[in-house]
Amino acid sequence: MIEMKDVHKAFGDNRVLQGVNLTIPSGTSMVIIGGSGTGKSVALKCILGLISPDSGTITLDGQDVTKGDRDAFLARFGMLFQGGALFDSLPVWQNVAFRLLRGSLKKPWDEAREIAIEKLRRVGLKSEQADKFPAELSGGMQKRVGLARAIAAEPEIIFFDEPTTGLDPIMSGVINDLIREIVTEMGATAMTITHDMTSVRAIADNVAMLHDGVIQWTGPVAEMDKSGDPYLDQFITGSAEGPIEAVR
Amino acid sequence: MSWLTAFLATIGHNVLAVVAMLGRVSLFAARTFSHMARPPFYPREIGHALMQVGWLSLPVVGLTALFTGGALALQIYSGGARFNAEAVVPQIVAIGMVRELGPVLVGLMIAARVTSSIAAEIATMKVTEQIDALTTLSTNPMKYLVAPRVLAALLTVPLLVGIGDIIGVAGGYTVAVKNLGFNSATYLHNTVNFLEARDIVSSLVKGAVFGVIAALMGCYFGINSGRGAQGVGSATKGSVQAAAVLILAANFVLTGVFFSL
Repeated sequence: MIEMKDVHKAFGDNRVLQGVNLTIPSGTSMVIIGGSGTGKSVALKCILGLISPDSGTITLDGQDVTKGDRDAFLARFGMLFQGGALFDSLPVWQNVAFRLLRGSLKKPWDEAREIAIEKLRRVGLKSEQADKFPAELSGGMQKRVGLARAIAAEPEIIFFDEPTTGLDPIMSGVINDLIREIVTEMGATAMTITHDMTSVRAIADNVAMLHDGVIQWTGPVAEMDKSGDPYLDQFITGSAEGPIEAVR
Repeated sequence: MSWLTAFLATIGHNVLAVVAMLGRVSLFAARTFSHMARPPFYPREIGHALMQVGWLSLPVVGLTALFTGGALALQIYSGGARFNAEAVVPQIVAIGMVRELGPVLVGLMIAARVTSSIAAEIATMKVTEQIDALTTLSTNPMKYLVAPRVLAALLTVPLLVGIGDIIGVAGGYTVAVKNLGFNSATYLHNTVNFLEARDIVSSLVKGAVFGVIAALMGCYFGINSGRGAQGVGSATKGSVQAAAVLILAANFVLTGVFFSL
């Protein structure tokens, strides 16, 4: 279980997180929604330790994430980045098997390649793509490779940062379905950040809405449409009228 | 008085900024050397960096040294003729190339070719979240990106300087023998006899120091780049400027250490 308690983070005068409290039970899929610049990515990066919060605590299964063995902590995570963040200098299969080629999870070269090709198949890519370089792939294919990399070491927890941004509706649907299937079959804990309400309905067990640096509403996805929360209602309907200012 | 206060405040602000940056670069260098000495090591990354920094820099280093050696021979001959000292061409070309021009020009060419490339590559990786991705894949960017590049520069730039010295002297020899009427055997004899071990050691030590400076600046500015294309551009520009200035400053200090004592 991941727990954020009263987490604050500011960049200069810009107070991005102003006391975030959020619980993500193990084995569930939490989707965080909110407008651009509301701190969704910052919250995610705070959990991973890529950004240090100014105050508050973040725990994973009761352990403070800032303490203990960092490699062992990160080995439990997989992450799909918004732009894929694939390593340009490595072929696709080495991107997918990156964690399996070095460090504590190191496997023989051939075995790592086999696992990479299997994971590529799992996300709908043929083995012929394995030896290409990321720049030779389309945006949708790069997202799939990023997804394959995120699940290659079979992590307990997977983070998805804007998984459908920049993709056409059909490819978005494919990625959403893949995420849902993979999270369910691996029994992983998932945290996704997105603006895309179609993704929310496809991926989420629970939803949290981040606005003005705090979680405005959180609950099961089934209750999202009848929450009665004016912030959430405005976000779902995409209306310019409401408590969220259209010009920020 | 207000303009004077503002002027002094500006100077103070800039001095503080430079001192703070020197402090950050020093800490970055200390972290880099610490990572170079401790496992895990990444042999593939080191091999790739050796190719990029060393082998692929050979053509530009060789051509730079060749033309500089040739031009130096012409200059010394022409200048020396003013006081009947044309005969010192072999000695001056040798000492000029090995002590100064070889290491400095190779250092500056490495700053232009390698520092800019490292800074642009790492800055782009930062902008596209590849550095964050490395961290989430349990790989320390300092170990994976920085240490191999600095190690490769430390090992290969002295070799490049040595090769540059030889090619530079050969350039001077070719011009002197083919165009200026020097006897081949006498030219070589004068060159070899004039050079001391100290000249060669200083050249190679300068190469190692300049190589480390060039790679460190590329990595430092790349890792600390700003966002977007402008961030990558600024990191690249800043890295080459800093590397060039630090190489010239280090050259002054090292020349003092080797030849003023």
